[in-house]
Amino acid sequence: MQLLKDKLNIDFMGKRKPALILSCALIVVSLAAIPVRGLNLGIDFTGGTLVEVGYPDSTGLEKVRQALVSSGLENAIVQHFGTTRDVLIRLPVAESDRDKSSLSSKVIDALQPTGSPEVKRVEFVGPQVGGELRDKGGLAMLYALVGILIYVALRFEWRFSLGSVAALVHDVILVMGFFALTQTEFDLTVLAALLAVIGYSLNDTIVVFDRIRENFRRTRKDIPEATINESINQTFSRTLMTSITTLLVLFALFLFGGEVIHAFSIALIVGVIVGTYSSIYIASTSLLALKVSKEDLMPVAKTTGDGDGSQV
Amino acid sequence: MAVAPLNRYPLWKHLLILAVIMVLGLYTLPNLYPDIPAVQVSHASGKLDASTLPALQRALQEEGIEVHSEEQGNNRLLLRFTDTEQQLQAFEASKETLDGRHIVALNLAPSVPGWLRLLGASPMNLGLDLRGGVHFLLQVDMKAAGAKAINNYATSFRVNLREAKLRRFSVVHTGDEARVRFRDAESRAAGLEVLRKEYGNELDFAEEDSQDGYLVIAKISEETLREIQSLAIQQNIQTLRNRVNELGVAEPVIQQQGAERIVVQLPGVQDTAQAKEILGATATVEFRMVNEQSDPFEAAETGRIPPGSLLYYERDSRNPILLKRAVMLTGDSIINANSGFDENSLPAVIITLDGKGAARFSKVTAENIKKLMAVVFIDNKTVIINKDGEQIRKTVKSEEVVSVARIQEQLGKRFQIEGLDSTHEALKLALLLRAGALAAPVEIVEERTVGPSLGQQNIDLGKKSIVIGFILVMIFMVVYYRLFGIAADLALAANLVLIIGIMSLIPGATLTLPGIAGIVLTVGMAVDANVLIFERIREELRNGNSPQASIQAGYSKALSTIADANVTTLIAAVVLFVFGTGPIKGFAVTLSIGIVCSMFTAIMGTRALVNLYYGSRKSPRLAV
Repeated sequence: MQLLKDKLNIDFMGKRKPALILSCALIVVSLAAIPVRGLNLGIDFTGGTLVEVGYPDSTGLEKVRQALVSSGLENAIVQHFGTTRDVLIRLPVAESDRDKSSLSSKVIDALQPTGSPEVKRVEFVGPQVGGELRDKGGLAMLYALVGILIYVALRFEWRFSLGSVAALVHDVILVMGFFALTQTEFDLTVLAALLAVIGYSLNDTIVVFDRIRENFRRTRKDIPEATINESINQTFSRTLMTSITTLLVLFALFLFGGEVIHAFSIALIVGVIVGTYSSIYIASTSLLALKVSKEDLMPVAKTTGDGDGSQV
Repeated sequence: MAVAPLNRYPLWKHLLILAVIMVLGLYTLPNLYPDIPAVQVSHASGKLDASTLPALQRALQEEGIEVHSEEQGNNRLLLRFTDTEQQLQAFEASKETLDGRHIVALNLAPSVPGWLRLLGASPMNLGLDLRGGVHFLLQVDMKAAGAKAINNYATSFRVNLREAKLRRFSVVHTGDEARVRFRDAESRAAGLEVLRKEYGNELDFAEEDSQDGYLVIAKISEETLREIQSLAIQQNIQTLRNRVNELGVAEPVIQQQGAERIVVQLPGVQDTAQAKEILGATATVEFRMVNEQSDPFEAAETGRIPPGSLLYYERDSRNPILLKRAVMLTGDSIINANSGFDENSLPAVIITLDGKGAARFSKVTAENIKKLMAVVFIDNKTVIINKDGEQIRKTVKSEEVVSVARIQEQLGKRFQIEGLDSTHEALKLALLLRAGALAAPVEIVEERTVGPSLGQQNIDLGKKSIVIGFILVMIFMVVYYRLFGIAADLALAANLVLIIGIMSLIPGATLTLPGIAGIVLTVGMAVDANVLIFERIREELRNGNSPQASIQAGYSKALSTIADANVTTLIAAVVLFVFGTGPIKGFAVTLSIGIVCSMFTAIMGTRALVNLYYGSRKSPRLAV
């Protein structure tokens, strides 16, 4: 079976202007959304207490809220989690409380009159740990990008390296923007998903780049736009196939994986879509913008020069 | 065209692929066996006596409890039972049979048959988010440890300076420094000499002249501070170990993390309030004189305890002992306790006291030379009570005599307890004394508890999403690439076996919920290599190449692309592993293993299948 016809010939690069405008618009929206709406950071990053309880029957939130308020826990955020039988209670870090970690016990005690729910999960993250996880997460992202920058520069050429990282930054910003706009909770698993998105998007980019390099070396004409277009067309059915299989499993994860990894699968789904698009329109367009040419890609010369061969 | 066949694998390659899959397949098998109830026995000293098993077997036989199977190793004993009722009965019986130094815990153990266990095969470790349990991250208050140390030094300064007949000085300590103020420069010089002589290699001294006197400022040296802090951590870990052992948790983890933190993981524990109470409480030691006039055995039997005395029991022998009511010294006066040797090279414990404690202790011991002194270790012990078939954990204060020694002379700031049986004994007593000394306070900075039902729910959901994702991808591949798709599907199945096999084989690898997500993601991404190859083969065919040449070219041209693409994903996974914590690390692990395995199965595995099917034909029609 084939989804696409044999000799695909879509003028991808011809549409790079409108694509660039679209990308810029999305980035602007995302960058604006992150500070304006703010990321709905989970307690992993903000610190705080989270208690998930399960009732035998569906339970109204008002009842739970009142029980908490009567125990002096006014600032608790109460919501259903997955089903109406499961209730999630979130509390910010209490500055005044000397023993911050005992808050969860207080919540559990307060809920006893509401029908002795089963405690399914308790999480407490101290403020300093939250700060550390936030810093560590940012650093992880940075190190991953630098590592990739170096690897691609070594295996390909600096223009490719810049192009792939531009695509990755684009993906990360858009996914984060999506999380800010939809106010989906951003926790540690989402951060992990974001790094997986980096891995996936890069995977996609490398495949296209590999073909671009191959075609540049083979072709006798030096028309970068045509060569890049040809490469994208040749790899397009693979790009589509892999995205489809990956999205298939991600939807399985989203639908059946449970509430805890909901946000994780959303991040990956958005990331895979954005990553597929960016490997064509950000990574490959960057190559054109950086004026990559046939000379840059000829098999490495014997001399270990700086690599920026003289342009014809 | 008389060329050697392009698409044939030598026999050894086929055998290698088969062998890898078979061996790792063998190690995935334990995961298929269900967990069954078990009782786990270990000893607080870490060494389990060989006689324990026969003794237990006898006891259980008498009670008519049927043991499914038993396993001994790693200084722990595992008895499996067919149902929870038998398990609970055996648990009670074991506790009655064995003394209090044995740790008896309820556990779930995989019912892996013996021949598999002989091969070292065991199921994957499950993270707390899958098996349920408590995870705590404790922060040791290092500032407090330093402040307490400087406080101790400050107290000692007064004693030392007074002993040196110096007068008219004052000692104050603030934060991390102690200030001694003298009236004039001469007495300061004399005082500094005294202090330098005593503490020169532990403290840094500086002089300062201010309007209200001549100051000596003492600070703990970098090295000493590091020592104090590492001791504070060790001390806390030891105390926590003791307590957790008492809790009867099957496979606890208590580890130092970084310079100031301790991770405590208690699988299966649900009552976090109780766990917190136990972890937060502090143990202490007390020194008391022994009442040598009365017979402790008589007192224990009749219950008539002489006035002014208290009845205690010795920790190991469980012999009764009568101690005087008055406390000579408490743990918070102990600065340090180390095991070492006395002048006759016999094992001993060397104890250092703070100034105040030393003064008091010296006075009391002077009055009691040639008499017996006992060390009492006080801790909160947890016992499990079986009430109406339900298990209730209860905390009780436990007071045990851990050492009895005769006072040979007046004791001061530094003294030693001699007459210990072995260096092991000395080490143990020193640990207990340190654990009983007031350790730096700990604070819980992170807690993650997962109830058992949620753990099981997570496992079920994880399994479901793997299976569904797997089937969807398989169907899609067959529909799209026909025969080649079947090869890819077989490779995918092999990939799953390899991931689980490797996860089961690596002792430190732990499967978490994000880890399951990592497996699901690899299922989707693993076929990428095959997609690349198959698309390339189609392309070669379209360009008019022969089927055999197309297969060959498809595999070889796609190879470097696959390698590059996977290495970069691996970079992201490794970074995630280094920076991630807990469950996130699990994601990085399964993702990395999955990527590496997929290279093997998708490239070598499918090639072997394709070669087997098409390799010997002249000009086959490829079903790709």
